[in-house]
Amino acid sequence: MSRTRKTLWQIFRAPLLLALLSIIGLVAALIGDGLLDVLSWLTLGSTLAVIAWYWSRRSG
Amino acid sequence: MNVKLWFLIHKWTSLVCTLFLLMLCITGLPLIFHHELEHVLEDGVEAPVMPADTPMASLDVLGERALSARPGDVIRFMFWDEEDHPHQTFVSMAASLDAAPDDSRLITLDSRTGAVLDEPGPPGGFLYIMFKLHVDMFAGLPGMLFLGFMGLLFVVAIISGVVLYTPFMRKLDFGTVRRQRSKRLKWLDLHNLLGVVTLVWALVVGLTGVINTLSPIVVGLWQQGQLAAMTADYADQPPPTQMGSVQQALDTANGRVEGMHLSLIAWPGTRFSSQHHYGVFFRGDTPLTARLLQPVLIDAGSGQALEPEALPWYVQTLLLSQPLHFGDYGGMPLKVIWALLDIITIAVLISGLYLWLGRRASTARRVDEVNSGGLTEDAQP
Repeated sequence: MSRTRKTLWQIFRAPLLLALLSIIGLVAALIGDGLLDVLSWLTLGSTLAVIAWYWSRRSG
Repeated sequence: MNVKLWFLIHKWTSLVCTLFLLMLCITGLPLIFHHELEHVLEDGVEAPVMPADTPMASLDVLGERALSARPGDVIRFMFWDEEDHPHQTFVSMAASLDAAPDDSRLITLDSRTGAVLDEPGPPGGFLYIMFKLHVDMFAGLPGMLFLGFMGLLFVVAIISGVVLYTPFMRKLDFGTVRRQRSKRLKWLDLHNLLGVVTLVWALVVGLTGVINTLSPIVVGLWQQGQLAAMTADYADQPPPTQMGSVQQALDTANGRVEGMHLSLIAWPGTRFSSQHHYGVFFRGDTPLTARLLQPVLIDAGSGQALEPEALPWYVQTLLLSQPLHFGDYGGMPLKVIWALLDIITIAVLISGLYLWLGRRASTARRVDEVNSGGLTEDAQP
């Protein structure tokens, strides 16, 4: 909880990064196999890791 | 546009589509693993092992086998899936060429001997019910288009949700989940977190789902457009009475493509060809082009090939949007990720429903809640 009003950039930098990772993940497996599949699992899977991290934090 | 207007857009688009989206997410879950489940639930057939160089039988022989297995029926399509079903030829048959797609019957033949491997009865079973609910709720084209409209509302709900995310998060750090204050605040925070993190995936699956509901229209456009133009010379001729050899049609078509695999052959008079031609469809051999198709049209009477043309952009878009909806293009790990993201989306839908049902308040109060990052809730026990 911060006292100051955040800028749009501050609000959206984390969602934007996750959006970018998602796009990479969705496209990677489509254009190739092997390493590109692994890249797709890691990038798209990162969204699940972020959810697990914040959902399970014992704070707030 | 002010917060109140965006709030109302988010509320109403969400409310209208939520129950259908829940149904789609729940029925979609087993469909992600349909290939694995088919093997468990419906004993998948396997072609017997034979020497690797055993040649494929002539398609004319395979066609005769299929016709004698189902006397009175006609063949509409033959298709192949060598990766998952090696040495198997699938023959889609029906009482007539223009019978409804749901009245098709599928026969599986051994591609080398023509032996009937599997002759399913009328469609049924758990996966079929999931599939039909997911695609058109057993209501045909109107049901399909209705679900497509629900998908569009879902997309609007996601976009308006992102707009509301801005004022809500003005004073909050990313990932804030306030557990101590009230149950409502906790679920409001989770709704925002889960929604914003899975944003791109939900948008892509939603939009590609909408595109899939347009597939009958896309096929119709292709028939009226490119296919009609390519076969304009045949427009006034009666359909051929004597069908030429389908094996010969395939051999001729093979000579017109390079580095591609046979995917499907459509008989004259079916949805994927003209009244006068066999439509021979090939797939590419790279991960990307394997999703795209190249048709070669062969005159069923004379056996002559028409000059192949690439499918128009709207058909290519449909073909490429299919994997992005199914999640079946990156092995088992991607399917598992797909399923987990699907479950997260269910959590977003249910939490949204809970936020609407729980403690009904005026729109003004709700807008205050968004503008203050949920802090107005503190005033109440």
